[in-house]
Amino acid sequence: MTDQNPLNVGGNLPEPVVKHRRVNASWIWLVPAVAALIGLSLVINAWRQQGPTINISFQTAQGLESGKTVVKYKDVVIGKVVGIRLSQDHSKVIVKVDLEKSAGDIAVSDSRFWVVRPRIGLGGVSGIDTLLSGSFIGVDVGKSTQTQTDFVGQETPPSVLHDSRGKSFTLHSGDLGSLDIGSPVYYRRIQVGRVASYKLDDNGKGVTMKIFVDSPYDKFVSNESRFWNASGVDVTISADGLKLNTQSLATVLAGGVAFNDAPGPHPNEKEADENATFTLFDTESNAMAPPDGEPRYIVMRFDQPLRGLAVGAPVEFRGINFGSVVSVRMDYDEKTGHFPIYVGAVVYPDRLGRAHKKLAEIAKSKGDNDYMSYLIGGLVAHGLRAEAKTGNLLTGQLYISMDMVPNAPKIAYNPNARPLEIPTVPGSLDKLQEQMGQIVDKLSKIPFDAIGNNLNHTLADLDSTIKQVNGNVLPAFQETLKGANRTLSTANQTLGTANSALSPDSPLQQNLAGTLQELQRMARSLRTLTDYLNAQPSSLIRGRSKDAPLPDNGTPTAQPQQGSKP
Amino acid sequence: MSALPRARELGLISCHVCGLVCRDNQLEDPACPRCSSALHRRKPYSCARTWALLIAAFLLYIPANVLPIMRTVSLGDVDDNTILSGVIELWQKGSPDLAMIVFTASILVPMTKFLVISTLLLSSQRGTPWARRQRAMLYRLVEFIGYWSMLDVFVVALLTALVQFGFFSEVEPLPGVVYFGLTVVLTMLASQSFDPRLIWDCQDQDD
Repeated sequence: MTDQNPLNVGGNLPEPVVKHRRVNASWIWLVPAVAALIGLSLVINAWRQQGPTINISFQTAQGLESGKTVVKYKDVVIGKVVGIRLSQDHSKVIVKVDLEKSAGDIAVSDSRFWVVRPRIGLGGVSGIDTLLSGSFIGVDVGKSTQTQTDFVGQETPPSVLHDSRGKSFTLHSGDLGSLDIGSPVYYRRIQVGRVASYKLDDNGKGVTMKIFVDSPYDKFVSNESRFWNASGVDVTISADGLKLNTQSLATVLAGGVAFNDAPGPHPNEKEADENATFTLFDTESNAMAPPDGEPRYIVMRFDQPLRGLAVGAPVEFRGINFGSVVSVRMDYDEKTGHFPIYVGAVVYPDRLGRAHKKLAEIAKSKGDNDYMSYLIGGLVAHGLRAEAKTGNLLTGQLYISMDMVPNAPKIAYNPNARPLEIPTVPGSLDKLQEQMGQIVDKLSKIPFDAIGNNLNHTLADLDSTIKQVNGNVLPAFQETLKGANRTLSTANQTLGTANSALSPDSPLQQNLAGTLQELQRMARSLRTLTDYLNAQPSSLIRGRSKDAPLPDNGTPTAQPQQGSKP
Repeated sequence: MSALPRARELGLISCHVCGLVCRDNQLEDPACPRCSSALHRRKPYSCARTWALLIAAFLLYIPANVLPIMRTVSLGDVDDNTILSGVIELWQKGSPDLAMIVFTASILVPMTKFLVISTLLLSSQRGTPWARRQRAMLYRLVEFIGYWSMLDVFVVALLTALVQFGFFSEVEPLPGVVYFGLTVVLTMLASQSFDPRLIWDCQDQDD
């Protein structure tokens, strides 16, 4: 049964035809080979892309996400956070970052990392794009060649990056004011840099800050530059009126530093060196003032009340401000029973310019001590006195004015007293009050009653005199006037007569015309005579000739000869 | 019940394309007299081909899972997802049903195919008569689910085409999806190149 089946089934079936074809089964193994190659190339590529792994410690991992947060340099992704964990002592967060191979060399010792988050400050808003895209880690690539794998991340973005061109400078100041890292630095109201860092001095008596001025503006910082704190509004009331001075609205709120050259010529001006040190002044006017030099402490004793003298009031020498009052204290003098007031002041003699320089040289050549106390003693002997003067009549503010007072009374001067004591004279207002008192005293001594009585008598006399004048003198005067009137009318008549004599139809006028005509005729005949005499002077002797020959040219006689030609 | 006769024993050969049954005249390279397509008694080098394609598919399945397949940008938030991380994210964000579908389509199905096809290959090469019906069922299962294993690729392709809102939302494909697609294609080719008749080609002992 099973043997017959094939024959029965295939009996009348068609037979296949021959068709040659290339048979090779091994080509199929190319497929897994290619797949393996692809896989291998991926592995090799991944291995080659693998850069160093670094650890960065931060205070907080806010905004960081493992596997998602990237590390960017110049907005190019150069790495990725692959792990976030707490440090051993739980005080910090250690962020593990896989850097790309191409960015492997950024892991050097002076590279800095920080988290870029949205920051809103008075100076502006930054990192706003990270609001949506999430924070990322920014990096400032250092210049060192020493590689490092563990970094301490910065909590705030560094204000000065390694690749920014410009110069750093150091500023010293009494306090920080409203400055902060990143506060702008202005030159002629253009922002040219920013505050890079600040720290309290080691002795705690000042603040040292670093500023960075971008290229090309850094060349404007010279050894003559003055820096001042441009924060806030500077309001000055002067003879010119009210002046309001600010740098920019941002600095009013957030603070800033401004610098400019000191006024005046600078023969030795040159570009400031990197990290040159400057003083940061409180205000522009302080910055532009000449350098103060060493401060000196002086004290003055005043015996009169000093209402209106406040700490900070200026001390002037011949009108030049060179210091300020720092203390006003009362004392009791047992001997006299008075309450003298001691005024302490800090003065900067350098502000007096060449006067101080010359005096110092003289003092030094004479072997005086550092305080120049003997020299000042000499000045005191010549009349150097301090005086409390009224600076402002409205408010009654006082200031201390020092000057050479002529004819000042001699005063004992102690050159060994420390601080130096400058003798005083009463203030001008006190003097004025005194003099006014004297005047009033003198006025009160004048006998106004007697003067009044005398005046009364005099007036009565005057009255009688006027009456006399009215009664006697005036009628006589009236007569005189009438006489004068008459005289004038007579003179008027005389003038009328003269006038008629001179009129054109008056006989006098006609006679004069006839006389003139006769004269004219006479003159004409006289001229005829003189002409004749001129021509024939001989007539004077011989009498008048009959005929006067005419001057002869001879031309009529020559005519017949010319015409006789044949 | 005795074993059914095989076509080879009956001296017959059938065309894969037009279904014409011919008498096997023992030619080297037979071709169908009707449609001229090549005639084979069994698919040629079926095991070797299937093995090669299966291995290639498996090799490509590794980068398909390791590399991210899709980048989702929504409001500047860039998110790269591999297949597995996408499944986890879906699960965590409260769509376990979707997560299950993606997991089934992208991980369970390819893994099942690898296992099933290699089981079929191993058992056929050893010529064991063990569980032939079940193996045939497995083969049909593999053929059936093959249609559905491109799900991930379709999802990425559709999303990429539809979600292009610039900054607000954007989806772009990443290299992983290419490897995944290649894996799926290769597994389908592998299951096609397997000749299920090999399951029955062992020594008849049980029937």
